[in-house]
Amino acid sequence: MKPIRTAASALAIALAVPGTAFAQTELSLWYHGAGNDVERSILVGIIEDFNASQDDWAVVLEEFPQAAYNDSVVAAAVSGNLPDIIDVDGPVMPNWAWAGYMQPLQLSEGALDGFLPGAIGEYNGEVYSVGLWDAAVAMYARRSTLEEHGIRIPTLDAPWTRDEFDDILETLQASGEFEYALDLGMADQGEWYPYAFAPFLWSFGGGIVDRETYQTAEGVLNGDEAIAFGEWWQSLFDRELVPGTSQDMADREIGFIEGDYALQWNGNWFGIRTLEAVGDDLLFLPAPDFGNGPKIGGASWQFGVSSTSEHPEGASAFIEFAIQDEYLAAFSDGIGLIPATAEAAAMTENYSEGGPLEVFFGLSEAQAMLRPVTPGYVFQALEFRKALSDIANGADVIDTLDAATDAINDDIERNNGYATAQ
Amino acid sequence: MAAVTETNHALKLTGRYALLVAVALIFVLPILFMVVSSLKPDRQLLSDTSSFAAFLPVGDISVGNYFAAFDRAPVGLFIFNSVFITVVTVVISLFLCSLAAFAFAYLEFRGKNIVLSVIIATLIIPFETIAIPMLMVVNSLPWIGAEGLQWGWLNTYHVQIVPFLADALTIFLFVQYFKDLPKELIEAARLDGATWFEVYRLVIVPIAGPVFATAAILKFLIMYNQYLWPLMVTQSEQFRPVMVGLQYFFQLNTAWGEVMAYLSMITIPVLVFYLVLQRAFIASIASTGIKG
Repeated sequence: MKPIRTAASALAIALAVPGTAFAQTELSLWYHGAGNDVERSILVGIIEDFNASQDDWAVVLEEFPQAAYNDSVVAAAVSGNLPDIIDVDGPVMPNWAWAGYMQPLQLSEGALDGFLPGAIGEYNGEVYSVGLWDAAVAMYARRSTLEEHGIRIPTLDAPWTRDEFDDILETLQASGEFEYALDLGMADQGEWYPYAFAPFLWSFGGGIVDRETYQTAEGVLNGDEAIAFGEWWQSLFDRELVPGTSQDMADREIGFIEGDYALQWNGNWFGIRTLEAVGDDLLFLPAPDFGNGPKIGGASWQFGVSSTSEHPEGASAFIEFAIQDEYLAAFSDGIGLIPATAEAAAMTENYSEGGPLEVFFGLSEAQAMLRPVTPGYVFQALEFRKALSDIANGADVIDTLDAATDAINDDIERNNGYATAQ
Repeated sequence: MAAVTETNHALKLTGRYALLVAVALIFVLPILFMVVSSLKPDRQLLSDTSSFAAFLPVGDISVGNYFAAFDRAPVGLFIFNSVFITVVTVVISLFLCSLAAFAFAYLEFRGKNIVLSVIIATLIIPFETIAIPMLMVVNSLPWIGAEGLQWGWLNTYHVQIVPFLADALTIFLFVQYFKDLPKELIEAARLDGATWFEVYRLVIVPIAGPVFATAAILKFLIMYNQYLWPLMVTQSEQFRPVMVGLQYFFQLNTAWGEVMAYLSMITIPVLVFYLVLQRAFIASIASTGIKG
């Protein structure tokens, strides 16, 4: 009789305590921000709010360092240990969706209304991931430098044209005041190359792969427009207007601030730091228009649900909870990235009207273009990076682009066109 | 004539020392750069890289980067994990590999040469090529621990230790060394009635100090610098070693001063281990009195 009484008492206590933690099902969340206290504190805050807001789910955070994150996820997928919720870099998402690591989100109708396009991870007509922020690239310049050399300050509506941009670089270099007229960031030889430089190629009218079918790079990466881009790209180095691939990372980080470079092509995540050093003289300018409109890259880190999650509805509920404007604004204030909605931007210190980085929201909205939304992008990015590096170092433009095109086509063929398994 | 000879000798000596100092600088300067940079704020650190000031503790010097490194990552935990995993692996590995090498060097059994050849042949297989199959194997192995029988070794210390307890390089080093020892020592011990294990323990081990020290240093460095495997098998921060921990410091805006502070701290166990074994190495040579 005693055991029955004990069990009945335990049940009574459980029912009497509303919202007790043990009623919640645990959802594991992997995040790439280990080592970043600010990101951690904001994310932990969101998780605590979510866990306290309902009785069904309890999200548990596990953090990974960014540089090791993708490898950890792939290893976990191989060993069948994926968590419920993962975060994924935007351009990598199609590869993970195709490989079967992710499943589409189950979001409410209208949950993504007003989101920047770069913050929505769509593949095969379904939303697999959503970001709380986007990133953007701009041309960093000093107003005083431009005025001193009689250079027009470009706007979103009237960006620099190709000829104008070339003249500006020549003028600045010829002034003898700078080691280089422009810093492209050649020292950062990771995803920066396709993220920052593919937009130049797009603006020329070329591409990494045919975006209609994603089945070939022929005529896109080695067509006339791409060759024109390649020749222009090589000329930057031949004319010694920009540092080459041997650029030191230290020069990349302080070269513009110290006045060695007149202009710098850089991301908004360096904006605050550069503002602190340069002050009000700093300008964030839109990308030049090389003939097909000014372009910049879009899509940053986003949240998605793993394919092995047994509770996709709970995982999606957390993601939908996390994309509230107040959290988008908190992340933006904390780490300086662009909030995913205009409403959230208005709540931030940096992106609200008159804020020091406000221009980046406009850039992202007006110029951002996603990198190829295909599982093959992961390989294509490597080929593109190699080709740009080789051309910068003097390789024949046509041969190099042809070789990259062949390699990308071979990869697509080897993977059966990256067809999604039915 | 004597004066000319003395001058020549002095010149040669000076040249030799100059060369030695130059070579020593090549090895010392990177370490000096690391330690000095760990004391500087980022802006100054990066500015100094273009001059000799990079090697001098000048400017705004402080230990702030060290405190910041501890704030950013559980540095103590990472160092403990690495030292624990490395020391346990080295100790057990030296015992197992030296025993295996002893058998290959002195015992006669069928297929000995083939087995040894196969083991040595594994030296040419890069770890990266077997990492995924190994991951799948360890993920489905049982382990009996404090919490009873569990399946899968991920997120544990032993998953970072057991797969590396025996390796071809260490066995090969021991085999080569044992083969060069005088056979008379083993024969004398056997004639005196020693078992094979007694021969190993009482005759071979005491005179094999140099190879134990060499193998220990090599194994220590390999284990302490492990990155890919721990990355694949530790999804929990609790078990991560120093090299995975290093990645905590590379953010969009990398704090280079903290990177240098972290590197300085994780270099200390390596230096201590090397210095300790260097003494053992010299002492073992001095005490053995073996002539080839």
